[in-house]
Amino acid sequence: MQDAITIRDLVVDRGRRRVLHGISCAVPRGSVTGLLGPSGSGKTTLMRAVVGVQVIGGGSVTVLGQPAGAAPLRRRVGYLTQAPSVYADLTVRENARYFAALHGRRATDADRAVAEVGLGGAATQLVGTLSGGQRSRASLACALVGEPELIVLDEPTVGQDPVLRADLWARFHALAATGTTLLVSSHVMDEAARCDRLLLIRQGRLVADDTPDGVRARTGVDDLEEAFLRLIRTSEARGGRTDAREQ
Amino acid sequence: MNPRILAVTTGRILRQLRHDRRTVALLVVVPTALLTLVHFMYVDRPTPPGQPSFFDRVALVMLGFFPFIIMFLVTSIAMLRERTTGTLERLLTTPLGKLDLLFGYGIAFGLAGAAQAAIASTAAYGLFDLETAGSAWLVVLIAAVSAVLAVALGLLCSAFARTEFQAVQFMPVVVLPQLLLCGLFVPRGEMAGWLQAVSDVLPLSYAVEALQEVGAHAEPTGTMWRDVAIVAGAAVMALVLAAATLRRRSG
Repeated sequence: MQDAITIRDLVVDRGRRRVLHGISCAVPRGSVTGLLGPSGSGKTTLMRAVVGVQVIGGGSVTVLGQPAGAAPLRRRVGYLTQAPSVYADLTVRENARYFAALHGRRATDADRAVAEVGLGGAATQLVGTLSGGQRSRASLACALVGEPELIVLDEPTVGQDPVLRADLWARFHALAATGTTLLVSSHVMDEAARCDRLLLIRQGRLVADDTPDGVRARTGVDDLEEAFLRLIRTSEARGGRTDAREQ
Repeated sequence: MNPRILAVTTGRILRQLRHDRRTVALLVVVPTALLTLVHFMYVDRPTPPGQPSFFDRVALVMLGFFPFIIMFLVTSIAMLRERTTGTLERLLTTPLGKLDLLFGYGIAFGLAGAAQAAIASTAAYGLFDLETAGSAWLVVLIAAVSAVLAVALGLLCSAFARTEFQAVQFMPVVVLPQLLLCGLFVPRGEMAGWLQAVSDVLPLSYAVEALQEVGAHAEPTGTMWRDVAIVAGAAVMALVLAAATLRRRSG
């Protein structure tokens, strides 16, 4: 099966700082792939490169068979930015209906997307009056509403209560079961276990690209947080001298 | 450009405005309040024989100023908000074209400016007996075209502002020189040659000249239509330049 995203030797500089140091990985279609790493590790930059809004310094990013950012991809890719990017002076429903219309979807599709993120009861509320968690779910509804083939979600579950978080992950897997590909970032390691595949990045370098079980088997520990810690230590011991010096 | 996306984007911008009731109230009330002020400033001044009264001369041009100033400010802030809240970045990952967004703003705030001009004109003609030889509709048309020009300039300038503080400072930079040199304070023909040359390249000068043509002639004149075309052309040029400042990819 063709991969939804193929990244080769991706280098990104922001200002004078190198943010991504030659990342190569692939994201299989119809899966939920977790992009994990601490804050500032380059997750957002990697996601921006995938949706094609990031100027890249080298390497290539191929999305659904086309170079990232190609015009036809704009109908096929949905993007949730880390900060909720919805209009605070519109209601939840109006926001969802606008983004639905941009993707050629109907108002009923928008209303369904709003209900699916658990905001059915707040649909007529202005986004500016919502709590932080609700606001980011409103933003999520706008990313899902176009029913894109690839959905790139930058920390979609931050600030959500545990029940809602479980609901959202169930929703992501339901989408993946229908063939949709999801790339979901998180800095919370306990979410790693919910993913089909994991990409762990740290300081702009890929530390692991495996399934959760693969990571556990390779490190011999059950707890993924502990497993990641071991992977990081091994990679540093193996020659990540620059990484070690930055500690 | 995609007509359907342009239409929904225009609708979205107008809906945002509608939710902001205080802004709508200010758009409606402020011009009339200021016209009242101007009316009482000139009410006791004798009118020189054979000339339009001071109020007629000033109020007519002010009807073009209001939408120009206000729509410039409103647009600069609205577009800056799109940039800072991330909605712009998100929009640029959707099928929306850059021109859909820019013309959406042009149409939405152009309509708002036209409505503002219509209300202010109603007050000027109805309450303060503004007299123009030509039709009031032409006054509203010219004011609406000035509003579109202001929106286009606001969209362009917002690209050069990173904060709201910077954005509002473009008002004195971009708008004030056009007000000063438009021919209201000193007739353009009486200015020093170099000032006249500057005035000639500032688009608002043509909007003011068009308004003065309506003031003096019963029928729309060729000069008036030419001026309206120049203002509209400047607006389209600014919109296209603004499109060039919108980058889908950033660093």
